[in-house]
Amino acid sequence: MNLKRVNGIALKEYNHIIRDPRTLLILMPILQLTIFGYAMRFEIRHVKLAVRDYSHSPASQDLIRKFGATEYFTVQVLNSYSVTPQMLFNTRQAHAVLTIPPSFAAEKGTDRSLQLLIDASDANAAQLVLTYCQEIIASEYGPDLRRVLDVRPKLLYNPDLKSAYFFVPGLIATILVMICALLTSISIAREKELGTLEQLLVSPVTVSDILAGKIAPYVVLALVDAFLILGIGMLLFRVPFLGSFAAFLFYTLIYVVAALCLGLMVSTIAKTQQVAMMMALGMTLLPTLMLSGFIFPIRSMPWILQQVTYIVPARYFLLIIRGIMIKGNTTLELWHSGAALAAISCVALLVAARRFKLKLQ
Amino acid sequence: MIRTVDLTKRFGSFTAVDKLNLEIGRGEIFGFLGANGAGKTTTIRILCGLTRPTSGRAEVAGLDLARRSEQVKRSIGYMSQRFALYEDLKLRENLVFYGGLYRLGPQTSLNKAKPYLERFAMERYTDELVREIPPGYKQRLALICALTHDPPVVFLDEPTSGVDPQARREFWSVISDLAASGKTVIVSTHYMEEAEYCHRVLIMRDGISAAQGSPAELKAAHGVGSMQELFLLLASGE
Repeated sequence: MNLKRVNGIALKEYNHIIRDPRTLLILMPILQLTIFGYAMRFEIRHVKLAVRDYSHSPASQDLIRKFGATEYFTVQVLNSYSVTPQMLFNTRQAHAVLTIPPSFAAEKGTDRSLQLLIDASDANAAQLVLTYCQEIIASEYGPDLRRVLDVRPKLLYNPDLKSAYFFVPGLIATILVMICALLTSISIAREKELGTLEQLLVSPVTVSDILAGKIAPYVVLALVDAFLILGIGMLLFRVPFLGSFAAFLFYTLIYVVAALCLGLMVSTIAKTQQVAMMMALGMTLLPTLMLSGFIFPIRSMPWILQQVTYIVPARYFLLIIRGIMIKGNTTLELWHSGAALAAISCVALLVAARRFKLKLQ
Repeated sequence: MIRTVDLTKRFGSFTAVDKLNLEIGRGEIFGFLGANGAGKTTTIRILCGLTRPTSGRAEVAGLDLARRSEQVKRSIGYMSQRFALYEDLKLRENLVFYGGLYRLGPQTSLNKAKPYLERFAMERYTDELVREIPPGYKQRLALICALTHDPPVVFLDEPTSGVDPQARREFWSVISDLAASGKTVIVSTHYMEEAEYCHRVLIMRDGISAAQGSPAELKAAHGVGSMQELFLLLASGE
Protein backbone atom coordinates (compact mmCIF):
# COMPACT_ATOMS: atom_id res chain seq x y z
CA MET A 1 0.00 0.00 0.00
CA ASN A 2 1.26 3.44 -0.88
CA LEU A 3 0.00 6.38 1.15
CA LYS A 4 0.36 8.87 -1.65
CA ARG A 5 -1.82 6.82 -3.93
CA VAL A 6 -4.35 6.07 -1.20
CA ASN A 7 -4.47 9.78 -0.59
CA GLY A 8 -5.02 10.52 -4.26
CA ILE A 9 -7.87 8.07 -4.48
CA ALA A 10 -9.40 9.37 -1.25
CA LEU A 11 -9.24 12.92 -2.55
CA LYS A 12 -10.90 11.93 -5.81
CA GLU A 13 -13.56 10.05 -3.87
CA TYR A 14 -14.13 13.14 -1.73
CA ASN A 15 -14.75 15.16 -4.88
CA HIS A 16 -17.24 12.57 -6.09
CA ILE A 17 -19.02 12.73 -2.76
CA ILE A 18 -19.39 16.48 -2.61
CA ARG A 19 -20.60 16.62 -6.22
CA ASP A 20 -23.02 13.74 -6.16
CA PRO A 21 -26.57 14.75 -5.23
CA ARG A 22 -27.04 11.26 -3.82
CA THR A 23 -24.81 12.35 -0.95
CA LEU A 24 -27.89 14.13 0.39
CA LEU A 25 -28.97 10.67 1.47
CA ILE A 26 -27.08 11.34 4.64
CA LEU A 27 -29.77 13.84 5.58
CA MET A 28 -32.35 11.09 5.44
CA PRO A 29 -32.09 10.40 9.17
CA ILE A 30 -33.90 13.61 10.02
CA LEU A 31 -36.87 12.43 8.03
CA GLN A 32 -36.66 8.93 9.37
CA LEU A 33 -36.45 10.01 12.98
CA THR A 34 -39.79 11.74 12.62
CA ILE A 35 -41.36 8.88 10.71
CA PHE A 36 -40.30 6.33 13.24
CA GLY A 37 -41.49 8.47 16.10
CA TYR A 38 -44.28 6.10 16.97
CA ALA A 39 -44.39 3.80 19.87
CA MET A 40 -44.29 0.26 18.58
CA ARG A 41 -45.62 -2.85 20.22
CA PHE A 42 -44.70 -6.37 19.38
CA GLU A 43 -45.16 -9.69 21.02
CA ILE A 44 -42.12 -11.27 22.56
CA ARG A 45 -41.38 -14.72 23.89
CA HIS A 46 -38.72 -16.61 25.77
CA VAL A 47 -37.68 -13.76 27.98
CA LYS A 48 -34.79 -14.84 30.16
CA LEU A 49 -36.11 -14.58 33.69
CA ALA A 50 -33.74 -15.17 36.58
CA VAL A 51 -35.37 -16.03 39.89
CA ARG A 52 -33.79 -15.51 43.29
CA ASP A 53 -35.86 -17.59 45.62
CA TYR A 54 -35.16 -16.76 49.26
CA SER A 55 -38.36 -18.40 50.34
CA HIS A 56 -37.86 -22.01 49.20
CA SER A 57 -41.45 -22.73 50.03
CA PRO A 58 -44.09 -24.71 48.14
CA ALA A 59 -45.76 -21.40 47.40
CA SER A 60 -42.65 -19.91 45.80
CA GLN A 61 -41.91 -23.11 43.84
CA ASP A 62 -45.44 -23.00 42.59
CA LEU A 63 -45.07 -19.44 41.41
CA ILE A 64 -41.82 -20.27 39.59
CA ARG A 65 -43.52 -23.19 37.86
CA LYS A 66 -46.25 -20.85 36.70
CA PHE A 67 -43.68 -18.63 35.03
CA GLY A 68 -41.92 -21.60 33.47
CA ALA A 69 -45.18 -23.01 32.08
CA THR A 70 -45.74 -20.06 29.77
CA GLU A 71 -43.88 -19.58 26.53
CA TYR A 72 -43.10 -16.03 27.51
CA PHE A 73 -40.39 -16.96 29.93
CA THR A 74 -37.34 -19.14 30.14
CA VAL A 75 -36.85 -19.42 33.86
CA GLN A 76 -33.50 -19.83 35.51
CA VAL A 77 -33.46 -20.25 39.27
CA LEU A 78 -30.29 -18.85 40.75
CA ASN A 79 -28.51 -20.87 43.37
CA SER A 80 -26.02 -18.24 44.30
CA TYR A 81 -27.32 -15.18 46.08
CA SER A 82 -24.16 -13.24 45.46
CA VAL A 83 -25.15 -12.58 41.84
CA THR A 84 -26.71 -9.16 41.62
CA PRO A 85 -29.38 -8.29 39.04
CA GLN A 86 -27.04 -5.65 37.61
CA MET A 87 -24.46 -8.28 36.83
CA LEU A 88 -27.06 -10.40 35.10
CA PHE A 89 -28.26 -7.48 33.03
CA ASN A 90 -24.83 -6.32 32.05
CA THR A 91 -23.82 -9.75 30.90
CA ARG A 92 -27.22 -10.22 29.27
CA GLN A 93 -27.91 -13.44 31.11
CA ALA A 94 -31.28 -12.17 32.16
CA HIS A 95 -33.82 -9.62 31.00
CA ALA A 96 -35.84 -9.73 34.16
CA VAL A 97 -35.00 -10.76 37.69
CA LEU A 98 -37.68 -11.86 40.13
CA THR A 99 -36.79 -11.87 43.79
CA ILE A 100 -38.97 -13.85 46.17
CA PRO A 101 -38.29 -12.79 49.76
CA PRO A 102 -38.30 -15.25 52.69
CA SER A 103 -41.55 -13.77 53.92
CA PHE A 104 -43.35 -14.94 50.80
CA ALA A 105 -44.59 -18.18 52.33
CA ALA A 106 -45.98 -16.47 55.39
CA GLU A 107 -49.64 -16.32 56.09
CA LYS A 108 -51.96 -13.74 54.72
CA GLY A 109 -51.91 -10.37 56.26
CA THR A 110 -48.14 -10.18 56.48
CA ASP A 111 -45.91 -8.48 53.94
CA ARG A 112 -45.79 -10.67 50.87
CA SER A 113 -44.16 -8.36 48.35
CA LEU A 114 -42.15 -9.58 45.41
CA GLN A 115 -39.43 -7.69 43.63
CA LEU A 116 -39.37 -7.67 39.86
CA LEU A 117 -36.49 -5.96 38.05
CA ILE A 118 -36.71 -5.56 34.29
CA ASP A 119 -33.98 -4.54 31.90
CA ALA A 120 -35.66 -1.70 30.08
CA SER A 121 -32.85 -0.74 27.79
CA ASP A 122 -35.22 -2.20 25.23
CA ALA A 123 -38.32 -0.32 26.28
CA ASN A 124 -40.71 -2.18 24.09
CA ALA A 125 -39.69 -5.55 25.42
CA ALA A 126 -39.66 -4.34 29.01
CA GLN A 127 -43.21 -3.11 28.80
CA LEU A 128 -44.36 -6.47 27.55
CA VAL A 129 -42.41 -8.39 30.15
CA LEU A 130 -44.04 -6.31 32.83
CA THR A 131 -47.50 -6.98 31.48
CA TYR A 132 -46.85 -10.72 31.26
CA CYS A 133 -45.55 -10.87 34.81
CA GLN A 134 -48.51 -9.05 36.20
CA GLU A 135 -50.85 -11.36 34.36
CA ILE A 136 -49.17 -14.48 35.64
CA ILE A 137 -49.10 -13.29 39.21
CA ALA A 138 -52.69 -12.17 39.04
CA SER A 139 -53.85 -15.48 37.61
CA GLU A 140 -51.99 -17.32 40.33
CA TYR A 141 -53.62 -15.53 43.17
CA GLY A 142 -56.89 -14.48 41.64
CA PRO A 143 -58.05 -10.94 41.13
CA ASP A 144 -58.75 -10.36 44.82
CA LEU A 145 -55.23 -11.19 45.77
CA ARG A 146 -53.94 -8.11 44.09
CA ARG A 147 -54.50 -6.43 47.39
CA VAL A 148 -52.55 -9.04 49.30
CA LEU A 149 -49.72 -9.30 46.86
CA ASP A 150 -48.17 -5.96 46.20
CA VAL A 151 -46.16 -6.08 42.99
CA ARG A 152 -44.14 -2.97 42.53
CA PRO A 153 -42.13 -3.33 39.37
CA LYS A 154 -39.05 -1.22 38.99
CA LEU A 155 -37.83 -0.61 35.48
CA LEU A 156 -34.13 -0.20 35.14
CA TYR A 157 -32.32 2.06 32.66
CA ASN A 158 -35.47 3.39 31.05
CA PRO A 159 -37.94 3.93 33.87
CA ASP A 160 -40.48 5.78 31.74
CA LEU A 161 -40.36 3.25 28.90
CA LYS A 162 -39.85 5.97 26.36
CA SER A 163 -39.94 4.62 22.86
CA ALA A 164 -37.28 7.11 21.81
CA TYR A 165 -34.83 5.08 23.87
CA PHE A 166 -35.69 2.26 21.59
CA PHE A 167 -35.81 3.81 18.17
CA VAL A 168 -32.95 6.30 18.33
CA PRO A 169 -30.23 3.66 18.84
CA GLY A 170 -31.98 1.43 16.33
CA LEU A 171 -32.09 4.18 13.77
CA ILE A 172 -28.45 5.03 14.25
CA ALA A 173 -27.66 1.39 13.50
CA THR A 174 -30.00 1.19 10.51
CA ILE A 175 -29.10 4.45 8.89
CA LEU A 176 -25.37 4.03 9.26
CA VAL A 177 -25.24 0.60 7.71
CA MET A 178 -27.55 1.64 4.90
CA ILE A 179 -25.73 4.82 3.97
CA CYS A 180 -22.30 3.27 4.18
CA ALA A 181 -23.14 0.21 2.13
CA LEU A 182 -25.08 2.26 -0.39
CA LEU A 183 -22.46 4.90 -1.01
CA THR A 184 -19.50 2.56 -1.31
CA SER A 185 -21.41 0.04 -3.40
CA ILE A 186 -22.05 2.75 -5.94
CA SER A 187 -18.45 3.82 -5.94
CA ILE A 188 -16.81 0.84 -7.61
CA ALA A 189 -19.79 -0.02 -9.80
CA ARG A 190 -19.60 3.54 -11.09
CA GLU A 191 -15.99 3.08 -12.09
CA LYS A 192 -16.97 -0.11 -13.87
CA GLU A 193 -19.72 1.64 -15.77
CA LEU A 194 -17.52 4.55 -16.76
CA GLY A 195 -14.63 2.33 -17.75
CA THR A 196 -12.34 4.14 -15.33
CA LEU A 197 -11.76 0.92 -13.41
CA GLU A 198 -9.64 -0.35 -16.30
CA GLN A 199 -7.62 2.79 -16.19
CA LEU A 200 -6.95 2.08 -12.52
CA LEU A 201 -6.06 -1.52 -13.25
CA VAL A 202 -3.43 -0.65 -15.87
CA SER A 203 -1.77 1.70 -13.40
CA PRO A 204 0.53 0.43 -10.63
CA VAL A 205 -2.22 0.95 -8.04
CA THR A 206 -2.75 -2.05 -5.82
CA VAL A 207 -6.08 -3.45 -4.69
CA SER A 208 -5.43 -2.32 -1.15
CA ASP A 209 -4.68 1.22 -2.38
CA ILE A 210 -8.04 1.33 -4.09
CA LEU A 211 -10.01 -0.19 -1.23
CA ALA A 212 -8.36 1.97 1.42
CA GLY A 213 -8.70 5.11 -0.66
CA LYS A 214 -12.35 4.42 -1.23
CA ILE A 215 -13.20 3.63 2.36
CA ALA A 216 -11.42 6.53 4.05
CA PRO A 217 -13.65 9.46 3.03
CA TYR A 218 -16.81 7.51 3.76
CA VAL A 219 -15.65 6.69 7.26
CA VAL A 220 -15.47 10.39 8.00
CA LEU A 221 -18.83 11.00 6.38
CA ALA A 222 -20.48 8.17 8.29
CA LEU A 223 -19.08 9.29 11.64
CA VAL A 224 -20.39 12.78 11.05
CA ASP A 225 -23.75 11.25 10.27
CA ALA A 226 -23.69 9.10 13.41
CA PHE A 227 -23.14 12.13 15.61
CA LEU A 228 -25.80 14.03 13.67
CA ILE A 229 -28.42 11.38 14.43
CA LEU A 230 -27.25 11.06 17.99
CA GLY A 231 -27.46 14.82 18.41
CA ILE A 232 -30.99 14.95 17.05
CA GLY A 233 -31.98 12.02 19.24
CA MET A 234 -30.62 13.66 22.34
CA LEU A 235 -32.00 17.11 21.57
CA LEU A 236 -35.44 16.26 20.23
CA PHE A 237 -36.16 13.03 21.99
CA ARG A 238 -34.15 13.47 25.16
CA VAL A 239 -32.39 10.15 24.78
CA PRO A 240 -29.85 9.72 27.53
CA PHE A 241 -26.21 9.03 26.93
CA LEU A 242 -24.74 7.36 29.98
CA GLY A 243 -21.59 5.89 28.50
CA SER A 244 -18.56 7.63 27.11
CA PHE A 245 -18.37 9.29 23.73
CA ALA A 246 -14.97 7.71 23.24
CA ALA A 247 -16.52 4.25 23.47
CA PHE A 248 -19.28 5.34 21.11
CA LEU A 249 -16.77 6.70 18.63
CA PHE A 250 -14.62 3.60 18.87
CA TYR A 251 -17.41 1.12 18.25
CA THR A 252 -19.16 3.26 15.67
CA LEU A 253 -15.90 3.36 13.75
CA ILE A 254 -15.72 -0.43 13.76
CA TYR A 255 -19.34 -0.68 12.72
CA VAL A 256 -18.99 1.84 9.94
CA VAL A 257 -15.94 0.09 8.56
CA ALA A 258 -17.87 -3.19 8.57
CA ALA A 259 -20.73 -1.57 6.66
CA LEU A 260 -18.35 0.04 4.18
CA CYS A 261 -16.63 -3.28 3.58
CA LEU A 262 -20.01 -4.86 2.89
CA GLY A 263 -20.69 -2.10 0.39
CA LEU A 264 -17.35 -2.68 -1.30
CA MET A 265 -18.05 -6.37 -1.49
CA VAL A 266 -21.41 -5.71 -3.12
CA SER A 267 -19.90 -3.31 -5.59
CA THR A 268 -17.25 -5.74 -6.76
CA ILE A 269 -20.03 -8.21 -7.53
CA ALA A 270 -22.64 -5.91 -9.07
CA LYS A 271 -22.06 -4.80 -12.64
CA THR A 272 -24.02 -1.56 -12.66
CA GLN A 273 -24.76 1.16 -10.16
CA GLN A 274 -28.45 0.26 -10.21
CA VAL A 275 -27.78 -3.34 -9.30
CA ALA A 276 -25.25 -2.29 -6.69
CA MET A 277 -27.76 0.02 -5.02
CA MET A 278 -30.44 -2.64 -4.98
CA MET A 279 -28.09 -5.21 -3.55
CA ALA A 280 -26.73 -2.85 -0.91
CA LEU A 281 -30.23 -1.90 0.20
CA GLY A 282 -31.38 -5.50 0.21
CA MET A 283 -28.41 -6.58 2.26
CA THR A 284 -28.71 -3.82 4.82
CA LEU A 285 -32.15 -2.30 5.21
CA LEU A 286 -34.40 -5.29 5.70
CA PRO A 287 -31.97 -7.45 7.68
CA THR A 288 -31.25 -4.52 9.96
CA LEU A 289 -34.89 -3.78 10.57
CA MET A 290 -35.97 -7.40 10.90
CA LEU A 291 -33.02 -9.40 12.11
CA SER A 292 -30.94 -7.13 14.29
CA GLY A 293 -33.19 -7.10 17.31
CA PHE A 294 -34.10 -3.49 16.53
CA ILE A 295 -37.81 -4.15 16.11
CA PHE A 296 -38.26 -7.85 16.74
CA PRO A 297 -36.46 -9.40 19.68
CA ILE A 298 -34.01 -12.00 18.46
CA ARG A 299 -34.86 -14.47 21.24
CA SER A 300 -38.41 -14.89 19.96
CA MET A 301 -37.33 -15.73 16.40
CA PRO A 302 -37.30 -19.26 15.01
CA TRP A 303 -33.96 -21.01 15.49
CA ILE A 304 -32.90 -20.73 11.87
CA LEU A 305 -33.49 -16.96 11.77
CA GLN A 306 -31.62 -16.56 15.02
CA GLN A 307 -28.61 -18.10 13.32
CA VAL A 308 -28.93 -15.67 10.43
CA THR A 309 -28.79 -12.75 12.82
CA TYR A 310 -25.19 -13.58 13.61
CA ILE A 311 -24.09 -12.20 10.25
CA VAL A 312 -26.13 -9.01 10.55
CA PRO A 313 -23.72 -6.30 11.71
CA ALA A 314 -26.48 -4.23 13.25
CA ARG A 315 -27.19 -7.04 15.70
CA TYR A 316 -23.89 -6.39 17.38
CA PHE A 317 -23.97 -2.66 17.03
CA LEU A 318 -27.42 -2.41 18.52
CA LEU A 319 -26.22 -4.24 21.61
CA ILE A 320 -23.25 -1.90 21.76
CA ILE A 321 -25.11 1.30 21.25
CA ARG A 322 -27.99 0.48 23.59
CA GLY A 323 -25.40 -0.59 26.09
CA ILE A 324 -23.41 2.61 25.82
CA MET A 325 -26.28 5.06 25.63
CA ILE A 326 -28.79 3.58 27.98
CA LYS A 327 -26.88 1.33 30.32
CA GLY A 328 -23.57 3.12 30.38
CA ASN A 329 -21.59 0.04 29.37
CA THR A 330 -17.86 0.52 29.12
CA THR A 331 -15.67 -0.27 26.12
CA LEU A 332 -14.42 -3.43 27.75
CA GLU A 333 -17.84 -4.83 28.51
CA LEU A 334 -18.73 -4.76 24.82
CA TRP A 335 -15.62 -6.24 23.27
CA HIS A 336 -17.39 -9.42 22.09
CA SER A 337 -19.67 -7.47 19.81
CA GLY A 338 -16.81 -5.31 18.61
CA ALA A 339 -14.79 -8.38 17.72
CA ALA A 340 -17.73 -9.85 15.81
CA LEU A 341 -18.03 -6.67 13.78
CA ALA A 342 -14.32 -6.68 13.05
CA ALA A 343 -14.63 -10.26 11.85
CA ILE A 344 -17.45 -9.32 9.49
CA SER A 345 -15.31 -6.50 8.06
CA CYS A 346 -12.41 -8.86 7.47
CA VAL A 347 -14.52 -11.40 5.63
CA ALA A 348 -16.20 -8.75 3.47
CA LEU A 349 -12.87 -7.11 2.71
CA LEU A 350 -11.28 -10.41 1.75
CA VAL A 351 -14.15 -11.23 -0.58
CA ALA A 352 -13.94 -7.74 -2.09
CA ALA A 353 -10.19 -8.02 -2.64
CA ARG A 354 -10.55 -11.47 -4.17
CA ARG A 355 -13.33 -10.41 -6.48
CA PHE A 356 -11.24 -7.48 -7.51
CA LYS A 357 -8.29 -9.63 -8.44
CA LEU A 358 -10.50 -11.97 -10.42
CA LYS A 359 -11.23 -9.11 -12.77
CA LEU A 360 -7.77 -9.50 -14.18
CA GLN A 361 -8.45 -12.95 -15.53
CA MET B 1 10.32 -3.02 -26.44
CA ILE B 2 7.53 -5.49 -27.03
CA ARG B 3 7.84 -9.11 -27.96
CA THR B 4 5.22 -11.82 -28.01
CA VAL B 5 5.70 -15.51 -28.61
CA ASP B 6 2.72 -17.57 -29.69
CA LEU B 7 0.42 -15.30 -27.72
CA THR B 8 -3.03 -16.88 -27.54
CA LYS B 9 -6.30 -15.92 -25.86
CA ARG B 10 -9.40 -18.06 -25.90
CA PHE B 11 -12.80 -17.14 -24.50
CA GLY B 12 -14.50 -20.52 -24.25
CA SER B 13 -14.35 -22.03 -27.71
CA PHE B 14 -13.76 -18.67 -29.37
CA THR B 15 -10.13 -17.87 -30.10
CA ALA B 16 -9.68 -14.12 -29.99
CA VAL B 17 -5.93 -14.11 -30.49
CA ASP B 18 -4.21 -17.07 -32.09
CA LYS B 19 -0.45 -17.65 -31.76
CA LEU B 20 0.52 -14.07 -32.33
CA ASN B 21 4.23 -13.28 -32.73
CA LEU B 22 5.29 -9.68 -32.57
CA GLU B 23 8.46 -7.71 -32.21
CA ILE B 24 8.17 -3.98 -31.78
CA GLY B 25 11.21 -1.78 -31.29
CA ARG B 26 11.89 1.40 -29.37
CA GLY B 27 10.60 4.57 -30.96
CA GLU B 28 8.33 2.71 -33.31
CA ILE B 29 4.76 3.59 -34.22
CA PHE B 30 3.09 0.25 -34.61
CA GLY B 31 -0.44 0.04 -35.98
CA PHE B 32 -2.96 -2.68 -35.24
CA LEU B 33 -5.41 -2.90 -38.11
CA GLY B 34 -8.34 -5.21 -38.58
CA ALA B 35 -12.10 -5.45 -38.68
CA ASN B 36 -14.17 -5.40 -35.50
CA GLY B 37 -13.58 -8.57 -33.55
CA ALA B 38 -10.30 -9.33 -35.31
CA GLY B 39 -8.47 -9.35 -31.95
CA LYS B 40 -6.86 -5.89 -31.86
CA THR B 41 -8.36 -4.78 -28.59
CA THR B 42 -7.84 -8.16 -26.94
CA THR B 43 -4.14 -8.06 -27.89
CA ILE B 44 -3.77 -4.57 -26.47
CA ARG B 45 -5.58 -5.57 -23.29
CA ILE B 46 -3.26 -8.53 -22.83
CA LEU B 47 -0.21 -6.34 -23.32
CA CYS B 48 -1.55 -3.85 -20.76
CA GLY B 49 -2.12 -6.59 -18.22
CA LEU B 50 -5.92 -6.27 -18.26
CA THR B 51 -6.45 -9.74 -19.64
CA ARG B 52 -4.37 -12.82 -19.01
CA PRO B 53 -3.30 -14.77 -22.10
CA THR B 54 -4.40 -18.40 -22.32
CA SER B 55 -0.95 -19.39 -23.51
CA GLY B 56 2.18 -17.89 -24.98
CA ARG B 57 4.51 -15.27 -23.61
CA ALA B 58 4.75 -11.53 -23.82
CA GLU B 59 7.40 -9.00 -22.90
CA VAL B 60 6.59 -5.34 -22.52
CA ALA B 61 9.29 -2.71 -21.99
CA GLY B 62 11.74 -5.59 -21.87
CA LEU B 63 9.95 -7.17 -18.88
CA ASP B 64 8.15 -10.47 -18.76
CA LEU B 65 4.47 -9.65 -18.46
CA ALA B 66 3.47 -12.68 -16.42
CA ARG B 67 6.17 -12.34 -13.80
CA ARG B 68 6.82 -8.63 -13.54
CA SER B 69 3.47 -7.08 -14.18
CA GLU B 70 4.02 -4.44 -11.47
CA GLN B 71 7.03 -2.98 -13.23
CA VAL B 72 5.30 -3.27 -16.57
CA LYS B 73 2.41 -1.22 -15.25
CA ARG B 74 4.77 1.59 -14.37
CA SER B 75 6.15 1.65 -17.90
CA ILE B 76 2.97 1.85 -19.90
CA GLY B 77 0.33 4.40 -20.71
CA TYR B 78 -3.07 3.26 -21.92
CA MET B 79 -5.92 5.05 -23.54
CA SER B 80 -8.94 2.80 -23.88
CA GLN B 81 -11.60 2.90 -26.56
CA ARG B 82 -14.12 4.47 -24.26
CA PHE B 83 -11.97 7.16 -22.75
CA ALA B 84 -12.01 6.75 -19.03
CA LEU B 85 -12.38 10.10 -17.37
CA TYR B 86 -14.28 11.19 -14.29
CA GLU B 87 -17.04 13.41 -15.57
CA ASP B 88 -17.75 14.93 -12.19
CA LEU B 89 -14.16 15.96 -11.66
CA LYS B 90 -12.54 19.01 -13.16
CA LEU B 91 -10.01 18.61 -15.96
CA ARG B 92 -7.28 19.58 -13.52
CA GLU B 93 -8.49 17.04 -10.96
CA ASN B 94 -8.48 14.25 -13.52
CA LEU B 95 -4.89 15.05 -14.40
CA VAL B 96 -3.82 15.20 -10.79
CA PHE B 97 -5.61 11.97 -10.01
CA TYR B 98 -4.11 9.99 -12.87
CA GLY B 99 -0.68 11.44 -12.17
CA GLY B 100 -1.11 10.50 -8.53
CA LEU B 101 -1.64 6.88 -9.46
CA TYR B 102 1.96 6.98 -10.70
CA ARG B 103 3.08 8.81 -7.57
CA LEU B 104 3.38 12.18 -9.25
CA GLY B 105 2.63 15.15 -7.06
CA PRO B 106 -0.22 17.44 -8.13
CA GLN B 107 2.09 20.16 -9.41
CA THR B 108 4.28 17.70 -11.32
CA SER B 109 1.25 16.21 -13.03
CA LEU B 110 0.04 19.63 -14.11
CA ASN B 111 3.48 20.68 -15.30
CA LYS B 112 3.82 17.52 -17.37
CA ALA B 113 0.40 18.07 -18.89
CA LYS B 114 0.89 21.76 -19.59
CA PRO B 115 2.68 21.45 -22.96
CA TYR B 116 -0.07 19.16 -24.22
CA LEU B 117 -2.82 21.43 -22.95
CA GLU B 118 -1.19 24.32 -24.79
CA ARG B 119 -0.71 22.29 -27.90
CA PHE B 120 -4.37 21.30 -27.96
CA ALA B 121 -5.39 24.85 -27.03
CA MET B 122 -7.47 23.57 -24.14
CA GLU B 123 -5.97 25.34 -21.15
CA ARG B 124 -9.17 27.33 -20.82
CA TYR B 125 -10.94 24.15 -19.75
CA THR B 126 -8.57 23.43 -16.87
CA ASP B 127 -11.08 24.34 -14.17
CA GLU B 128 -14.14 22.99 -15.92
CA LEU B 129 -15.87 19.79 -14.94
CA VAL B 130 -15.13 17.20 -17.57
CA ARG B 131 -18.82 16.72 -18.30
CA GLU B 132 -18.95 20.34 -19.47
CA ILE B 133 -16.12 19.92 -21.97
CA PRO B 134 -16.87 19.17 -25.67
CA PRO B 135 -16.37 15.48 -26.57
CA GLY B 136 -13.38 16.10 -28.83
CA TYR B 137 -11.54 17.74 -25.95
CA LYS B 138 -12.43 14.94 -23.58
CA GLN B 139 -10.70 12.59 -25.94
CA ARG B 140 -7.65 14.84 -26.06
CA LEU B 141 -7.67 14.91 -22.26
CA ALA B 142 -7.80 11.11 -22.16
CA LEU B 143 -4.69 11.05 -24.31
CA ILE B 144 -2.94 13.52 -22.02
CA CYS B 145 -3.89 11.47 -18.96
CA ALA B 146 -2.24 8.43 -20.55
CA LEU B 147 0.96 10.42 -21.12
CA THR B 148 1.59 12.50 -17.99
CA HIS B 149 3.74 9.90 -16.29
CA ASP B 150 6.06 9.72 -19.31
CA PRO B 151 5.67 6.03 -20.07
CA PRO B 152 8.17 4.49 -22.51
CA VAL B 153 5.38 2.42 -24.05
CA VAL B 154 2.01 3.88 -24.97
CA PHE B 155 -1.06 1.90 -26.01
CA LEU B 156 -3.81 3.80 -27.79
CA ASP B 157 -6.90 1.77 -28.54
CA GLU B 158 -8.70 3.54 -31.38
CA PRO B 159 -7.79 6.97 -30.08
CA THR B 160 -9.22 8.77 -33.07
CA SER B 161 -12.56 7.06 -33.45
CA GLY B 162 -15.32 9.61 -33.58
CA VAL B 163 -13.18 12.75 -33.52
CA ASP B 164 -13.09 15.46 -36.12
CA PRO B 165 -10.30 15.64 -38.73
CA GLN B 166 -8.65 18.55 -36.92
CA ALA B 167 -8.33 16.55 -33.71
CA ARG B 168 -7.18 13.52 -35.62
CA ARG B 169 -4.36 15.48 -37.20
CA GLU B 170 -3.35 16.77 -33.76
CA PHE B 171 -3.36 13.26 -32.35
CA TRP B 172 -1.10 11.97 -35.06
CA SER B 173 1.30 14.83 -34.72
CA VAL B 174 1.57 14.04 -31.01
CA ILE B 175 2.07 10.36 -31.79
CA SER B 176 4.87 11.16 -34.24
CA ASP B 177 6.57 13.38 -31.67
CA LEU B 178 6.30 10.66 -29.03
CA ALA B 179 7.97 8.18 -31.35
CA ALA B 180 10.62 10.73 -32.27
CA SER B 181 11.44 11.14 -28.57
CA GLY B 182 12.03 7.40 -28.31
CA LYS B 183 8.70 6.19 -27.04
CA THR B 184 7.05 3.16 -28.48
CA VAL B 185 3.46 3.74 -29.57
CA ILE B 186 1.02 0.96 -30.29
CA VAL B 187 -2.12 2.26 -31.87
CA SER B 188 -5.16 0.50 -33.22
CA THR B 189 -7.32 2.15 -35.81
CA HIS B 190 -10.12 1.74 -38.31
CA TYR B 191 -8.92 4.51 -40.54
CA MET B 192 -6.68 3.20 -43.28
CA GLU B 193 -5.29 6.57 -44.21
CA GLU B 194 -3.96 6.71 -40.64
CA ALA B 195 -2.18 3.42 -41.19
CA GLU B 196 0.14 5.30 -43.54
CA TYR B 197 1.54 7.22 -40.55
CA CYS B 198 2.64 4.00 -38.86
CA HIS B 199 6.17 2.74 -39.20
CA ARG B 200 4.89 -0.78 -39.27
CA VAL B 201 1.46 -2.34 -39.11
CA LEU B 202 -0.09 -5.63 -38.20
CA ILE B 203 -3.22 -6.59 -40.06
CA MET B 204 -5.26 -9.00 -37.98
CA ARG B 205 -8.00 -11.31 -39.14
CA ASP B 206 -9.82 -13.72 -36.82
CA GLY B 207 -7.10 -13.47 -34.21
CA ILE B 208 -4.23 -14.28 -36.51
CA SER B 209 -1.66 -12.09 -38.15
CA ALA B 210 -2.66 -11.67 -41.80
CA ALA B 211 0.29 -9.45 -42.61
CA GLN B 212 3.02 -7.54 -40.84
CA GLY B 213 5.43 -4.93 -42.15
CA SER B 214 5.83 -1.32 -43.15
CA PRO B 215 2.98 0.14 -45.20
CA ALA B 216 5.29 0.60 -48.21
CA GLU B 217 6.55 -2.99 -48.08
CA LEU B 218 3.08 -4.43 -47.75
CA LYS B 219 1.63 -2.39 -50.56
CA ALA B 220 4.49 -3.40 -52.85
CA ALA B 221 4.29 -7.05 -51.88
CA HIS B 222 0.60 -7.27 -52.62
CA GLY B 223 0.68 -4.97 -55.59
CA VAL B 224 -1.89 -2.48 -54.32
CA GLY B 225 -1.82 1.31 -54.37
CA SER B 226 -3.23 2.15 -50.94
CA MET B 227 -3.64 0.73 -47.47
CA GLN B 228 -7.36 0.78 -48.06
CA GLU B 229 -7.05 -1.71 -50.91
CA LEU B 230 -4.57 -3.78 -48.96
CA PHE B 231 -6.90 -3.90 -46.01
CA LEU B 232 -9.86 -4.99 -48.10
CA LEU B 233 -7.69 -7.63 -49.69
CA LEU B 234 -6.33 -9.04 -46.42
CA ALA B 235 -8.68 -8.24 -43.59
CA SER B 236 -11.75 -9.64 -45.28
CA GLY B 237 -9.88 -12.85 -46.03
CA GLU B 238 -11.02 -13.07 -49.64
